[in-house]
Amino acid sequence: MATTLNRAPAEPVTRQRRNAPFPVELYRSAVGKKYVMALTGIALMGFVLAHMVGNLKMFLGPAAFNEYGEFLRELLVPILPHHVVLWIMRIGLIVAFALHIHAAYALTRMNHAARRTKYQSRRDYVAANYASRTMRWSGVIVGLFLIWHLFDLSWTGTGAAFYRGDPYTNVANSLSRIPVAIFYVVANIALGFHLFHGSWSLFQSMGWNNPRFNRWRRDFAIGFAALVVVGNVAFPIAVLAGVVSAD
Amino acid sequence: MAPSLDAKIPEGPIEDKWDAHKFSVKLVNPNNKRKFDIIVVGTGLAGGAAAATLGGLGYNVKVFTFHDSPRRAHSIAAQGGINAAKNYHNDGDSVYRLFYDTVKGGDYRSREANVYRLAQVSNNIIDQCTAQGVPFAREYGGLLDNRSFGGAQVSRTFYARGQTGQQLLLGAYQALAEQIAKGTVTLYNRSEMLDVVTVDGRAAGIVVRDLLTGEVSSHSAHAVVLATGGYSNVFFLSTNAMACNATAIWRAHRQGALFANPCYTQIHPTCIPSSDEYQSKLTLMSESLRNDGRIWVPAKAHDPRPPSEIPEAERDYFLERKYPSFGNLVPRDVASRNAKAMIDQEKGVGPLGNGVYLDFSASVDRLGRNVVEERYGNLFEMYDRITGEDPYGSPMRIYPAPHYTMGGLWVDYNLETTIPGLYCLGEANFSDHGANRLGASALMQGLADGYFVLPQTIGDGIAPLLGTKPVDTHHEAFRLAEAAVRDRYAGYLAIGGTRSADWFHRELGKIMWDHCGMERNRPGLEKAISEIPALYEEFKKDLRVLGNDASVNQALERAGRVDDFFQLGLLMCEDALHREESCGGHFRSEHQTPEGEAERDDDRFAYVGAWEHTGEMAPGRLHREDLVFENVKLTQRSYK
Amino acid sequence: MAVTDPERQAPSLVTGEKHHGRTMHLTLRVWRQAGPDSEGRFADYDVPGISEDMSFLEMLDVVNERLASDGEEPITFDHDCREGICGTCSLMINGRAHGPERGTATCQLHMRKFGDGDTIVVEPWRAEGFPIIRDLMVDRSTLDRIVEAGGFITVSPGSAPDANLVPVPKVVADASMDAAACIQCGACVAACPNSAANLFTAAKVAHLNLLPQGEPQRYQRVESMVDTMEQFFGSCTNHGECEEACPKEISIDFIATMNKDYLRAKIKNRRYLSRNP
Repeated sequence: MATTLNRAPAEPVTRQRRNAPFPVELYRSAVGKKYVMALTGIALMGFVLAHMVGNLKMFLGPAAFNEYGEFLRELLVPILPHHVVLWIMRIGLIVAFALHIHAAYALTRMNHAARRTKYQSRRDYVAANYASRTMRWSGVIVGLFLIWHLFDLSWTGTGAAFYRGDPYTNVANSLSRIPVAIFYVVANIALGFHLFHGSWSLFQSMGWNNPRFNRWRRDFAIGFAALVVVGNVAFPIAVLAGVVSAD
Repeated sequence: MAPSLDAKIPEGPIEDKWDAHKFSVKLVNPNNKRKFDIIVVGTGLAGGAAAATLGGLGYNVKVFTFHDSPRRAHSIAAQGGINAAKNYHNDGDSVYRLFYDTVKGGDYRSREANVYRLAQVSNNIIDQCTAQGVPFAREYGGLLDNRSFGGAQVSRTFYARGQTGQQLLLGAYQALAEQIAKGTVTLYNRSEMLDVVTVDGRAAGIVVRDLLTGEVSSHSAHAVVLATGGYSNVFFLSTNAMACNATAIWRAHRQGALFANPCYTQIHPTCIPSSDEYQSKLTLMSESLRNDGRIWVPAKAHDPRPPSEIPEAERDYFLERKYPSFGNLVPRDVASRNAKAMIDQEKGVGPLGNGVYLDFSASVDRLGRNVVEERYGNLFEMYDRITGEDPYGSPMRIYPAPHYTMGGLWVDYNLETTIPGLYCLGEANFSDHGANRLGASALMQGLADGYFVLPQTIGDGIAPLLGTKPVDTHHEAFRLAEAAVRDRYAGYLAIGGTRSADWFHRELGKIMWDHCGMERNRPGLEKAISEIPALYEEFKKDLRVLGNDASVNQALERAGRVDDFFQLGLLMCEDALHREESCGGHFRSEHQTPEGEAERDDDRFAYVGAWEHTGEMAPGRLHREDLVFENVKLTQRSYK
Repeated sequence: MAVTDPERQAPSLVTGEKHHGRTMHLTLRVWRQAGPDSEGRFADYDVPGISEDMSFLEMLDVVNERLASDGEEPITFDHDCREGICGTCSLMINGRAHGPERGTATCQLHMRKFGDGDTIVVEPWRAEGFPIIRDLMVDRSTLDRIVEAGGFITVSPGSAPDANLVPVPKVVADASMDAAACIQCGACVAACPNSAANLFTAAKVAHLNLLPQGEPQRYQRVESMVDTMEQFFGSCTNHGECEEACPKEISIDFIATMNKDYLRAKIKNRRYLSRNP
């Protein structure tokens, strides 16, 4: 038979696989991984949006902002003990991040393996845009930024005066350093690109396709990414402009 | 008197022949089917449908295609539609009318019993294809839509946008894919069949060449089925795909299968005129365009004005004028010849003066642009893409081009050739279309043969072989055939001349088109018969093929195909010369009515002319199958 | 030979005389590779005298005639019907699958889309699922494998009910037809930055899954076809490049539909399997 590939076994691959529990089995497929990326992406989108909105309290002054931090720790108290809801949310976020990153890593490996020899001439992309082609880099930048951000404002501080329990002061102290402020802006622009492609792409991955709202999907992606970026970038600018300050 | 052939047509009234035959043929018990090996060559509508059906029945099937995928066979390019006698539109259609139209359209040169069977199973085909998921066009009520087509006065053509061929072939391809996955059918792709091997007068198998490695190998089976399409590419420029060729049937012919009616070729009236000399093929646009387009030329010769500036009074709607009742829907041969007549009168349009107008402005006014776009949108786009002209703005230019060949291997009612165990289906055989095929009947015949006829009739031939093994491929006949193939291809490489196979193909095509094309006559055919062997000698001395025989070599593949076209071309001219009458696609200018219509000679030529091979470039020996018309009265075709 | 005017002599292919439209002088940079395991390289050819009315493949025919007359082996490329329906032609032309014209297969691309003096870069399609055979020819039989996994409706001839027994709403039939227009050329894979075949598979799935006739095998079909696809190709990250490259302009909406069916299939097929082990 004239073909450079060996023909696959006649037995469909599917049958051999159906042993694991449903979520595991789904996750084994690339389409399933995209579902996971989309679902975790939605969770993380919810987080960045809430995080941005919550942080807007900064403009109401230190008392309001610190009170908001305290409120998060007291969620659903006294139904549940202190910190429990916050930890549930943290664990949820950690799991979402882990799955999002693992799926991205696995799919990237799969995609590299699917074309080991690249095109030798320059590609002329029509639909694929900067955001869609740099997802893994914008993702990595955001991920590294996140770790730094946690050290900077949650765990230890990164050189500027750091007071546990006084987030308002910590933000003002840290972001008043110009290089740090620039880093925040750059990282948020990367986040914006990531969100722009991701918040469109998730509709496709989730199979949410309806002629009635299809034309709004791109608009939603632009709006969402812009909202989060503008909100987040406002903080370092506000600090540098002296609107938010430690005094 | 030429020896006569027995088509083994069942006795009885025509309506009952097929049912009676199905009852009388020998059957292979379902459990025994897996003990039979069947080779199918070709994966178009006929071959794909046959292989899938035979596999589904339980036979061991090996299917061969020279394409990378079965889905690329040229059936895919059919645009217009497929006929069936469903009478869904309550306009008086019936099996009998489809039968009658097909016999009449074929100018009374087809076999009544085969055509009737074709009309009978046409309805099953539509059912089968719909169930397979062919997305036929539908009306708003959800039921199937029909359109009318040339040569018929009823609306019986089912269609799937402008790509009915692709959709029907996908149906067959998908059915084949299912059988391949099940293991009942083994696919050999990029494998070109180069010879039929016979042992003790029976087809024992085939020799194929792997197009990627040049490796030549043999395969044996209890029966061999050829479904390798037509030979319009003998004209070089035709609407066929570049790789379409006659090698499989020609090699079978050389092994003893009779070749019937080779001169019956069809010229399609609605193709895009060629724009320059490099053109590698002609692009057909569906004949369905003639439903809503009006064909005209300027009334006076050499009219330099653009079409929009020619007033109605100075236009000659020549088909409507000459054939008031059928108008633009006259059969293909009539439409083609009339277009040629206009161009011969120097009334041709376009930069090269090589076309006639096909005008949609009246339809756009009557139906609205949306309806026209819905029906023909993709054809309009294609025209625009190729010519750079917008057909909504100015009329299309069309001209006839070789398109379909009614001739092919002679087969009996069982579709078996004169070599026992060798079957031939679809365009590759001669059986159903007589001297001219009606529009939307090619798809019907291919699928009828593949899904419904061969799977029933093949049992009659192979049932007696139960318990025997196919001939071993180490048999001397196979070894000799393989060696001959290797020598042939090594021979092309060894010539080391100066001209490519394409060059010779072009030259051959020019001879064929000039002398054995739309219109033929004795002096022209005699000229062709003297020129072809001379050019063939040149081919054998001056061919240049570079590269080697152990990897992909497309020039080498072409050399073999052109070689066989030479031999077939000569036979076509001989057949055209011997047939001293005009019928359907065979128009001899010596034989025409005073109005310029084809003039048949039923007393002398109401037979199938089947040729026996007697040697390379040697005159063939004629056999004949007399055509008996018991149900249709022979009349001069008239579409006035 | 010119069908239109039998009297006219065929021109010399080597010098490229006799045109009616504009004549172009091009530089062609073509990938040459002797076999699947050979090293490949770009070769530059100076190509004068090209008529703008030629199709891209006719231009390659002319180049091949000239190469052969210079004793160089012609460029191998896949092609057949030359009317945009068989899906045999391929080619990455100036970084785009099937070249610069939207909704057009290479065989229907005409030279008038290029400019005099242009350099045109031609590369084979690259994907592990499409190994190079020679020069510009690749093996796309992996696409057949996906169809074999489930891209069919099981119906043996003779068993089908009357075609009008099951009405199909026109919009549904039309949507199915939109998907069925796929010519299996593989441009979607070639254009995809990830070499994913999701558009192809989605079109094949949607063609049958949209129709009532395809309903009984709907979930087995999608699961089996997607799983087979993932053996050979990359994953979809929704770039949309496939849709732009598709000569039949098949919409990526079908990918979303396939994803939805796949998720349902994972649930339903397990249910069937547990009932019917």
